Amino acid sequence: MNLGSIAIKSVRQRALASALTSLSVALGVMLMIVVLVANGMVERMFVQTATGYDLIIGPKGSQLELVLTSIYRIGVAGEPLPYRFYRELVSDDSNRIAEAVPITMGDVTQRGGFPILGTTPDYFALPYMHESDGTPRRFQIRTNSLDNQHSGEGLIRNPFDAAIGAIVARHNDWDVGTKLKLVHGGSDGHVHDEEFTVTGVLAATGTPNDRTVFVHIDGFYMISGHEKPLSEAIARELEFFGNISDESRKALEAEKNTSGHSHGPVPEAQKEVTAILVNIGGDVGVQVLAESRLMSRINEDVQAQAVKPIVQIDRMMQTLVGPIRTLLMGLTALIIAVSGIGIFVSIYNSMADRKKEIAIMRALGARRGTVLAVILAESTLLCVAGGLGGFLLAHLMILAAAPMVADYGLVVDPWTFAWGELVLLPVLIGFASLVGFVPGMTAYRTDVAQTLSD
Amino acid sequence: MSLLLEEIRKSYPEPDGGRLPVLEIERFELARGEQMALVGASGGGKTTLLNVISGITTPDSGRVVIDNNLVSEMPEPIRDRFRAERIGFVFQTFNLLPAFTALENVLLGMSFSRGRVDRGRALELLDNVGLGNRLNHRPGQLSVGEQQRVAVARALSNRPSLLLADEPTANVDLANQQTILELIRSACTTDNVALLLVTHSSDVAGQFDRIEQLSDFNTAVATAGETTR
Repeated sequence: MNLGSIAIKSVRQRALASALTSLSVALGVMLMIVVLVANGMVERMFVQTATGYDLIIGPKGSQLELVLTSIYRIGVAGEPLPYRFYRELVSDDSNRIAEAVPITMGDVTQRGGFPILGTTPDYFALPYMHESDGTPRRFQIRTNSLDNQHSGEGLIRNPFDAAIGAIVARHNDWDVGTKLKLVHGGSDGHVHDEEFTVTGVLAATGTPNDRTVFVHIDGFYMISGHEKPLSEAIARELEFFGNISDESRKALEAEKNTSGHSHGPVPEAQKEVTAILVNIGGDVGVQVLAESRLMSRINEDVQAQAVKPIVQIDRMMQTLVGPIRTLLMGLTALIIAVSGIGIFVSIYNSMADRKKEIAIMRALGARRGTVLAVILAESTLLCVAGGLGGFLLAHLMILAAAPMVADYGLVVDPWTFAWGELVLLPVLIGFASLVGFVPGMTAYRTDVAQTLSD
Repeated sequence: MSLLLEEIRKSYPEPDGGRLPVLEIERFELARGEQMALVGASGGGKTTLLNVISGITTPDSGRVVIDNNLVSEMPEPIRDRFRAERIGFVFQTFNLLPAFTALENVLLGMSFSRGRVDRGRALELLDNVGLGNRLNHRPGQLSVGEQQRVAVARALSNRPSLLLADEPTANVDLANQQTILELIRSACTTDNVALLLVTHSSDVAGQFDRIEQLSDFNTAVATAGETTR
């Protein structure tokens, strides 16, 4: 018989008390693992979602707000930028822009109130985020589009095409072919007459894209009331650029000649973009330099700003999410500590009954260190059994919860594993030694002769 | 010589600050393979003597020598190991661990020595004491006579050179007393183990060639009060 089997015997002798104390550790460990995994999910949702684009260019104002609006679709967008700004930005080769996708926002769906994002088909050609190892994640079509396509690239080719995120599809029970109308953003709640047709349903991405309806930017501008009144648009252009383009001048002329109403394409001056999602080209060194030059150039401007989304989100995680995570981890650590005290009390209370057993073992030749080790092995056994139980419970819970949280846009891999879990086992063994030490010392100090004669 | 005690003094503190002498033994010997019964009044220091011999308790002064090893001078961990390997102990109240089966209790006796845990020997010993068919029974499922037989098997498990038996038949029914006694004696004879058996029963003591009254060589008894330490 070795120390382990003696400890197991002793634990089995008090099966109920042992099971209850182990269960309390299991619950603590389960909570801790769930918090670790949830933390990983939140981090993935926020930080990795911010890795899709190098820069976001938008109107001057709060940098974080620009990121939250354009990537996370949280909050209200600021005063939009003229479309001409976007055109001049991409046509200037010195900016070294590889990809620039304009987005425009403000409207929501009639059903479910999901945000509408007006953009170009290029939006779906770009990765929506990068894994921590740099692997790009691209849009996939969940159900084949009208053109039987499978990847996201090439979606919304026609002005009144729409693509919908996985949650929108599930929540509204929409699919390819569904017609939808937009509700004007703001307080009036006006429903636009124009109808869009769903041509593709995106596979779940675990990002805010799942809760978004994408429409072609041209269709977005063609919605009655979306175009800025020409006189206002030209005044804004003049204020923004200090001049007006030839096209705007022609549009102004055309408006005078047609007594104010035209049914052709919306002139550029009347188009606006909420933000521009930008990727810089070239290798890393060139990219960093070009990115920084572009940022400085744009940020000198009083009307626009360029921000790095990852920097903003990192800052937000550190200042807002970080303390919450620390608090949660602290609370679960406290729960484990309380379970540890339970183990301590259980073993300590059992010492009175077990004094005789300890004395018998000592009389048979067990050294003081040996009986101390038996008690430590016992507390380790209880802690480790509780830890493994908690590990299993936590992952079963995650497995069960994965489909439920998917409704909230959180994609959870049921077999997800937080690296912090690896630390738990050595921590638990250390912890077991701590809680087993005092009862162990009681065993260590047992007066053999006195106890055997009692 | 299996056991030699020289100038042993053992006393316990009293509440008034004084010391209560329990053992004052000038010289005591037990030859290898010799079997003797030690008779003494209750509280006469018999159990303390066994504890001092086995190294569970250290004497205030004097020498305990077993097989030419000065046990009384050994550091405690060495003394514990020596006890595990060279001394067998049979208690009046059996002192079996209740959560362990008969076989496990015997194996436990081997667990604290340097030698390997010999399952074959444990099975053989239990078979010898007539419990070959009760191996997996816990003490609570055995009669008192069977429990003491398990204790005897455990005491012999490490092939000791000295067996100490503290009133081994006192808690056993009459029918089993003689069986237990014969088991102990025959095992000691077979393995040439020295046996020091403490008893207050003249029937038991009468079966030994050597019978000693503790008071004959423990001068502390004349002054000692009631103690069981």
